[in-house]
Amino acid sequence: MQEINITSGRMNPGVDPLLHAWGWEIPLYLFLGGVVAGILFFSAVYYLRGKANDYKAAVKIAPLFVPPLLALGLLALFLDLSHKLYFWRLYTTIRWESPMSWGAWTLLLIFPLSTAWAATFVKELYPQWDWKYEILNKLDDWLKKYRTQMAWALIFLAVILGMYTGILLSAFNARPFWNTSILGPLFLTSGLSTGTAVVLLISKNHEERKRFSKLDMALIGIELFLIIHLFMGFLASTEVHIHAAHMFLGGPYTAVFWSFVVGLGLLLPLFAEVLELKGYKIPVQIPAILVLVGGLILRFIIVDAGQSSRWLYKFIEQMYY
Amino acid sequence: MSRYAMAIDTKRCVGCTDCVVACQTENDVPVGYCRDWIVEATSGVYPELQLEIRSERCNHCSDAPCVRCCPTSASHYAEGGIVMVDHDDCIGCKACIASCPYDARYVHPEGYVDKCTFCIHRVKEGENPACVSVCPTHAMIFGDLDDKNSEISKVLQTRKHKTLIPEAGTKPNVFYLL
Repeated sequence: MQEINITSGRMNPGVDPLLHAWGWEIPLYLFLGGVVAGILFFSAVYYLRGKANDYKAAVKIAPLFVPPLLALGLLALFLDLSHKLYFWRLYTTIRWESPMSWGAWTLLLIFPLSTAWAATFVKELYPQWDWKYEILNKLDDWLKKYRTQMAWALIFLAVILGMYTGILLSAFNARPFWNTSILGPLFLTSGLSTGTAVVLLISKNHEERKRFSKLDMALIGIELFLIIHLFMGFLASTEVHIHAAHMFLGGPYTAVFWSFVVGLGLLLPLFAEVLELKGYKIPVQIPAILVLVGGLILRFIIVDAGQSSRWLYKFIEQMYY
Repeated sequence: MSRYAMAIDTKRCVGCTDCVVACQTENDVPVGYCRDWIVEATSGVYPELQLEIRSERCNHCSDAPCVRCCPTSASHYAEGGIVMVDHDDCIGCKACIASCPYDARYVHPEGYVDKCTFCIHRVKEGENPACVSVCPTHAMIFGDLDDKNSEISKVLQTRKHKTLIPEAGTKPNVFYLL
């Protein structure tokens, strides 16, 4: 028998009985960061492949959503800070060992760059558009000359943004459920998949929809593969990792994860996309919205489950499950 | 160079929680929070039971994940390897709280992250941390591991000891004498 009690009492807010340092803000941001990474990645890739007019929604329209989505994500991040007025301290240091530090610097680069990227397409989409100030028109013309370079930079930054949202969590070895290098690629793949879902929602071009449906199917396949590997890795690891996996294999997260994330967020949209490709008439909005909601729930569950998994004081889990 | 550490004698500790109260008083720990706490671990099958009482706190790890993940360098190694949080650098992102396998940190009501400091303000004056100095059974020893003649160096040479979850790879500097 093993029994552990904290006899002096310990009820530090945010830490006990189960860690809940991060609420809704962080998973929302991780989701939006992933969507933004997905949109920018495909926009830049198809621009470089000369498909700017064939895949207009992906290359030109979707990036217009990036600045507001990113702003919303940054607002969520800011709301999460408990010492808000000191946030600028992020930009007085570069800490290579801290994923949060690279994230902060990546955002500082990707925000203006993606805004500039989106702005160069505004006049093409809305020929009547007037930037009002001569200097903005000149800036627009000047930026257009560097689209290729911008696209390469965006691909690079989008991959970092997509990966880091996972690495941010996987770098914490104190939380066994997060402590797997699968989270980086999993969040990147999920981010790219939600990016294709946004394109599917706004595209009116049949060819483009077909291309992005296929891309999404491939990405969902990779995600399923990564999820299986996630659990295989845990089950072959140490006791705390096995325990973390059991939270999803019979434990409290089982129903919500396998039904909402895997069932409704991955398998059902995959099935719908396969049927659609076979010629059945299925509104493209259905798989796209399912993928987006699934991606959001995935972030929420992973952020929550990681905070429930621990090395010490496992008795607390048993008490609250 | 000094390397501060603490040794807590599980054979002497009676779990009176004096260390907890002393810390709260010395450091103005807000009501409802604690920087140290008492754990009673029972193992075995009745009637052969074993009880281990431990006073736990930040382990001031030599390879501290909280220092590694801090995006602003607010969490840092101060003199003697004491892990400290600079309140004016802390943005309250809580990454360090998530990174600590000992759950030793919390967000202070004023917004910054707070935890045990090994009473660095007392240590600088040559005194023991508050918890050590009040311990009625002398179960706690604080000192410098780099000084081979210090009490803590000697006791760690002669007594069996352990650290908490060494497998987390943090190289803790709070030792439990068995």
